[in-house]
Amino acid sequence: MKTTSKQNLNDFNQIKYGYPDENGHYGIFGGTFVAETLIKPLQDLKDTYYKLKNDPDFLKELYTEFENYVGRPTPLYFAKRLTDKLNGANIFLKREDLCHTGAHKINNTIGQAILAKKMGKTRIIAETGAGQHGVASATVAARLGMECVVYMGEQDIYRQSQNVYRMKLLGAEVIPVTSGSRTLKDALNEALRDWVTNVDNTFYIIGTVAGPSPYPELVRDFQAIIGREVITQMQDIDKRVDALVACVGGGSNAIGLFYPFINTSSKMYGIEAAGSGLETGKHSAPLNKGKVGVLHGNRTYLLEDENGQIIETHSISAGLDYPGVGPEHALLKDLGLVEYKSATDEEAIQAFHELSRVEGIIPALETSHAVAYTFKLAKEMKKNQNIVINLSGRGDKDLNTVAKLEGIKI
Amino acid sequence: MSRISKKFLDLEKSKKTCLISYITAGDPTIAVTPEIMDSLVDSGTDIIELGVPFSDPMADGPTIQRACERALKQNVSCFDIFQAVENFRKKDKTTPIVLMGYLNPIERIGYEKFSRLASESGVDAILVVDLPHEEASDIVNVFKKDNLESIFLIAPNTDLSRIQKISKYASGFLYYVSLKGVTGASTLNINETREQLKNIKKAVNLPLAVGFGIKDAETAKSLSEDADAIVIGSAIVKIIEKDQNDKTKINDGIMDLMKPIRLGLDESGHTEG
Repeated sequence: MKTTSKQNLNDFNQIKYGYPDENGHYGIFGGTFVAETLIKPLQDLKDTYYKLKNDPDFLKELYTEFENYVGRPTPLYFAKRLTDKLNGANIFLKREDLCHTGAHKINNTIGQAILAKKMGKTRIIAETGAGQHGVASATVAARLGMECVVYMGEQDIYRQSQNVYRMKLLGAEVIPVTSGSRTLKDALNEALRDWVTNVDNTFYIIGTVAGPSPYPELVRDFQAIIGREVITQMQDIDKRVDALVACVGGGSNAIGLFYPFINTSSKMYGIEAAGSGLETGKHSAPLNKGKVGVLHGNRTYLLEDENGQIIETHSISAGLDYPGVGPEHALLKDLGLVEYKSATDEEAIQAFHELSRVEGIIPALETSHAVAYTFKLAKEMKKNQNIVINLSGRGDKDLNTVAKLEGIKI
Repeated sequence: MSRISKKFLDLEKSKKTCLISYITAGDPTIAVTPEIMDSLVDSGTDIIELGVPFSDPMADGPTIQRACERALKQNVSCFDIFQAVENFRKKDKTTPIVLMGYLNPIERIGYEKFSRLASESGVDAILVVDLPHEEASDIVNVFKKDNLESIFLIAPNTDLSRIQKISKYASGFLYYVSLKGVTGASTLNINETREQLKNIKKAVNLPLAVGFGIKDAETAKSLSEDADAIVIGSAIVKIIEKDQNDKTKINDGIMDLMKPIRLGLDESGHTEG
């Protein structure tokens, strides 16, 4: 079956898979767990999205932005030297790091920003961890002439100062969040508070496949361009996709790669951040170690204490430092359709260096977790098999973090 | 008849508006919580809303988030809160208590166990902030079995047909969020709110409470013309925050804040029924 990457947003899997249901549930996961004031704007968003998602004019506008502004399709690159070095399966890199702004995040922000414009909103808000989603939101706000406010945990502002400056250059206001653990989850709380207060003129661009319905669904649909392109690109070179690997924080790049492959014979691996190690308790791996709970508008796997309070997470990469995960990943785990593994800080750093030296591609620390797991996976697979890694972002933003670990001041 | 229904009936007979006061349980300590509840009753409170602290209180403003953080620093759990309610109930058997919180701590304990323990401790109703009626049918049925009432929020952007749906799940009273924003916000438009309260009253049979952003006697008095109950929250929590280590000062502060509000409500001579 030859597919094109310019078809309707979820032509795949609607019949055989069919999640979410009409109320935004993925099995027991997902849903809409918000205070009453947000019900109306979420319903408005859902109505708008459902009206537009298969509308030819909307799709034309979206794909035009994908091609001319984002730089799609992104290349699928055969990492020959890495493949030879590992002496296992062939490794292909889906180069989302080559998207405008340096990560897959913009696939989603451009889609949501077009929705915002169609809904007559003039102001965009976003939360950000590593800063990539904040940069991608600030970028599309500038592109469409909208006001943009980005909430970012104080701790992350310190870790990702370069992205903070980028957002400011793009005309966004970056508001430091000093409550709670001062990371991504707290930024999300503040963004929700802003939204509830300014709901009439404001569109909240959520950066990952989490949050209340319909966000997990529409973010997935915008990101699924990644997997659709991979299908076409692998068909073009007549290769079978045996395995897919992506890192999972909230899980948007992973679902973008996986979604078009659900119910195919390709094996899928989502890689969570094991931080200092899963056994140490200092990690960000809710699919490996979490319990089912409710946070930020959806039911999913969460890292929480015995009283149901959300606990502080740890990862070297700010973008994976989140105690929850998208509800669809929770379902895919329970259905056994995706295997969720993990990589430690140390393994990620090692992969960061290895890919830089062997292929001349510096990956984001988030992405480095997927690369690290692939080192193990490739060796377990046959030489004629093929692995596609979602190279979700580039590592320029992480240079300070890595240099500091090595005692180098830059 | 439930404590809440009886309270509203008594107040209606004496033509008074119900005064609901919110504090976060465990702020500044769980040991002091029952004493603060006593102070609230002494200052004219008719119903106590007891906040269950949560690490990520998305619908609350900074004042109540800080109160949650103070309580959580001491690891205050739902079980501690049930104990505090039990202690309060030893002296006060009539003041209704509403637990207000977020869903996750309740899910961790489990609906059945949480509901049973809450009911046994003397709690009368539960308000789960992040639980719209679409997701609530299971928990509401569990609560009902234990004679706990379910309080639901309605917002300025909730239309009348949705309000009617919500009122099918709700019992005790309905809680109208007077503004688009978080608790303790400062942009309350009194005339607009009164207009909306009038419309809602026509559509529902339950008593109607109004809260979020009410800080003083004048606002409370004005809104009481169109509401059955007024909720004061962040203003009280601020007093507790200011004098965390001094029980007497907290008590005095609550009296200074709440007595004029009580007086204002009584002057207005609630007649709406």
